[in-house]
Amino acid sequence: MSTSSVLYDHPGPRAKVRNTVLSVIFGVALLGLVYWIYSKFDQANQWEGWLWKPFAEPKTWTQFILPGLWATLKAAGVGMLLSLAFGIIFAVGRLSDHKWISVPAGAVVEFFRAVPLLLMIFFVFYGLPYVIKQPVTAFWSVVIGLTLYNGSVLAEAFRAGIRALPGGQSEAAYAIGMRKTQVMQLILIPQAARAMLPIIVSQLVVLLKDTALGYIVAYPELLQRGVNDLAANYGNIIPAAMVIAVIYIIINSMLTWFAGWLERRTGTRRVRVPRQRAGTAGSTVVEPQG
Amino acid sequence: MHVFSDPKNFDAFVSSFLWILKLTGASAVGALVLGVLLAAMRVSPVPVLRGFGAAWVNIFRNTPLTLVIFFCYFGLFVTLGLSLSQDLFLNIYWLGVIGLSTYTAAFVCEAVRSGINTVPTGQAEAARAIGLTFAQTLRIVVLPQAARSVIAPFGSILIALCKNATIVGTIGLMESSSVMKDLINFNGDAVIPIFLVFAGTFAAILIPTGYFFGWLANRLAVKR
Repeated sequence: MSTSSVLYDHPGPRAKVRNTVLSVIFGVALLGLVYWIYSKFDQANQWEGWLWKPFAEPKTWTQFILPGLWATLKAAGVGMLLSLAFGIIFAVGRLSDHKWISVPAGAVVEFFRAVPLLLMIFFVFYGLPYVIKQPVTAFWSVVIGLTLYNGSVLAEAFRAGIRALPGGQSEAAYAIGMRKTQVMQLILIPQAARAMLPIIVSQLVVLLKDTALGYIVAYPELLQRGVNDLAANYGNIIPAAMVIAVIYIIINSMLTWFAGWLERRTGTRRVRVPRQRAGTAGSTVVEPQG
Repeated sequence: MHVFSDPKNFDAFVSSFLWILKLTGASAVGALVLGVLLAAMRVSPVPVLRGFGAAWVNIFRNTPLTLVIFFCYFGLFVTLGLSLSQDLFLNIYWLGVIGLSTYTAAFVCEAVRSGINTVPTGQAEAARAIGLTFAQTLRIVVLPQAARSVIAPFGSILIALCKNATIVGTIGLMESSSVMKDLINFNGDAVIPIFLVFAGTFAAILIPTGYFFGWLANRLAVKR
């Protein structure tokens, strides 16, 4: 069922009238809802000019929002690189023929996938300093938390990708005399990485959203700078939250669109796997964390 | 382990996980109902409803949950004065349920929509051929079949929801991560055991849940 329009007949004259009537009814209801929300915020004086004026001043952007955005992107970028490395290492580890490698690797992946990110960040930020006898910066506690969680999710994605490759690929590689490491490095990982590229990019969206948790350990990312600190200066917490939400939505929509574009591009070339099956398998791997 | 032999700490530990389970349960119901409704809107013949569903999904899937929860507290409660309970914690709890449900509903909607796509075209065509309306086609023919293929994604969404419930701690509910933070701050000598107990409890709840949903999905899968 590729298009949803198979669910209903092509509208005839009566159906067209009915759809128009329903459109109008729901449209009016929606407008009413929007107006209700608007008037509620209006009663709370949230649309007054002085609350929104700071966003027209360059200082707001240069002092609060852009540094916050940069910190968010920095944590997300470093976290992505580290979790990619973590993911590849543990995916290969879990696929190893040696039980003493594959079992611990599997245990690590399963464990970190089950632990909430907030718990990890709290442990690294508050607990780890007691253990290693020196403070851990907010940046690294966010990045370490993101790496362990997203790395484990990516490890599962890579493992699924490697196992979904046709068996003939590794058989052919063994047949021409490659060793296990070579088969993995030269044959399996490159193909799996390409097939899993859309999932990797959608995981980047998850990771970018999760950096917002940094604000609870006072890491100066977008939510901390753009909402908390900005509102502390101008007293406009609701307008600030709305503006920051729009910024997040724009960035993540672009990444989501990019992931979809990659999926369409790579999807047409993978002939062996039925596309629908591949799509649903992919969506089960990515978890909608944070 | 001396930390947890103190009954005060042990009670805090137990109640923190009860909050998590209660948040997960109520939000799962809310997100399921809302998500299926949104999915029905997104495949409906009425353009306004399709647009509404798409807008909801795009907004909530791309906003950090932390910001959604933050907005529930500062927007709904502090600014608009929406108070759901006299009790401080219960109020935060319900605000958290609203935030988690609206956010998770976007993911449920997408899972249901891709589930609908796995139902063969012939099923809906046959339903239309015998004269069923859109609502009947969806309710009697398509959704029951789609339900069997969305069990696995629902499992991952439920697991993520349970972990995401900790984020309600950021607006002041004493759930597991906040309690763990407090215990760590008061017991610097037992950091690793504290972490292992809290993380281990999550693992003990969620890893079997994952395997259960995997088993259920396999069992109920439509063999085609």
